[in-house]
Amino acid sequence: MAIVSSLRSIGRRVVNGVWRLGYATRFFLMTLFYSGMSFRRFRLTAREIFFSGVMSLIIILVSGMFVGMVLGLQGYETLKRYGSESALGSLVALSLVRELGPVLAALLFASRAGSAMTAEIGLMKATEQISAMELMAVNPIARVVAPRFWAGVISMPLLAALFSAMGVFGGYVVGVVNIGVDEGSFWSQMQAAVDFRYDIVNGVIKSVVFGLVVTAIALFEGYDAPPTAEGVSGATTRTVVQSSLAILMLDFILTALMFRGA
Amino acid sequence: MERTTLDLWVGVFVVAGIAALVVLALKVGNLSTYNVSETYQLQAHFTNVGGLKPTASVRSAGVLVGRVTSITLDTGTYEAKVTMSIDKRYQFPRDTFANILTSGLLGEQYIGLAPGGDDKMLQNGEEFKKTQSAVVLEEMIGKFLYNNSDAKK
Repeated sequence: MAIVSSLRSIGRRVVNGVWRLGYATRFFLMTLFYSGMSFRRFRLTAREIFFSGVMSLIIILVSGMFVGMVLGLQGYETLKRYGSESALGSLVALSLVRELGPVLAALLFASRAGSAMTAEIGLMKATEQISAMELMAVNPIARVVAPRFWAGVISMPLLAALFSAMGVFGGYVVGVVNIGVDEGSFWSQMQAAVDFRYDIVNGVIKSVVFGLVVTAIALFEGYDAPPTAEGVSGATTRTVVQSSLAILMLDFILTALMFRGA
Repeated sequence: MERTTLDLWVGVFVVAGIAALVVLALKVGNLSTYNVSETYQLQAHFTNVGGLKPTASVRSAGVLVGRVTSITLDTGTYEAKVTMSIDKRYQFPRDTFANILTSGLLGEQYIGLAPGGDDKMLQNGEEFKKTQSAVVLEEMIGKFLYNNSDAKK
């Protein structure tokens, strides 16, 4: 009997997973379909950009600065062995613009803004605000979900760009001001190595994809959360875990597609 | 609809984000070095381009005059055909030498132009007749070893 029940539970999990994936896909398509209002009444989206984007500024700027400073220190220590300290600028800028900027900004965004989105929508559902809207013939997806979605998609590339710019500044502070790498070669090697189309545009594409995925996961988890205290807390945890995993896996796929060969 | 402080912050955020992108493009990236000025195309055949890549710089007397746009294999001669776009402000005589050089010992490779004395200038689509290929370290070492063993006989 133990075998049968364990088989049954595996089956139930698989069916549940597929069911939930289908529901999530329909939810995502509905969000896209009812997006009109987020742009016609842009104030709704602007408000969410404030809560998810502007409020994440401090953490993004400070983390970017420190990541850049660490890159400057570690990069200098490694490059010194090969006597090529002057390549520090290109090392810091390339690693930030291509990888660390989009990925770390997205991870921070997922834990700072994504979790807040899930908790907010989960609580709205638990306190029956969502059902109240439906009763008033207000579509909660158009009114609550879509503005948050577009706010995330708009905020994420801006945050990633700020992260990278702050990181380059941090690397400059440690490398040039503190350690004393030559300033001219720091910038000129950086400019020689970083290509606008290949590196910067690809970084922006990455951050847009991450913003899309993180907000989609956060909103769905919030909307799908069981309307209880444990339900909301579990959904918030799942948001952070799933979006972090999604960011890192997608980053590998995107990197493999973008930077192969050439 | 009236303005609120919230709008101000959203505006500041968007402006800061776009400013960061511009800084990345101009200060960190090489967008500023892409020539806005007019360019013309020149070609050169090399027996070996070594590690030369598209977007590598073309320099004359150390001054950036253009960039490599494409590198293909010419199946007629089995030589590498390098196309470069040169700034219209700079004209080169027809007997200009095109060499593949390396900046520093381990630096990136670029094309160095050494102008000759011809009166006629190279026009759009024309070709450098005199070229020198990249130095391949293995071949040089091979030659050096071979010559040494010859000398000992």
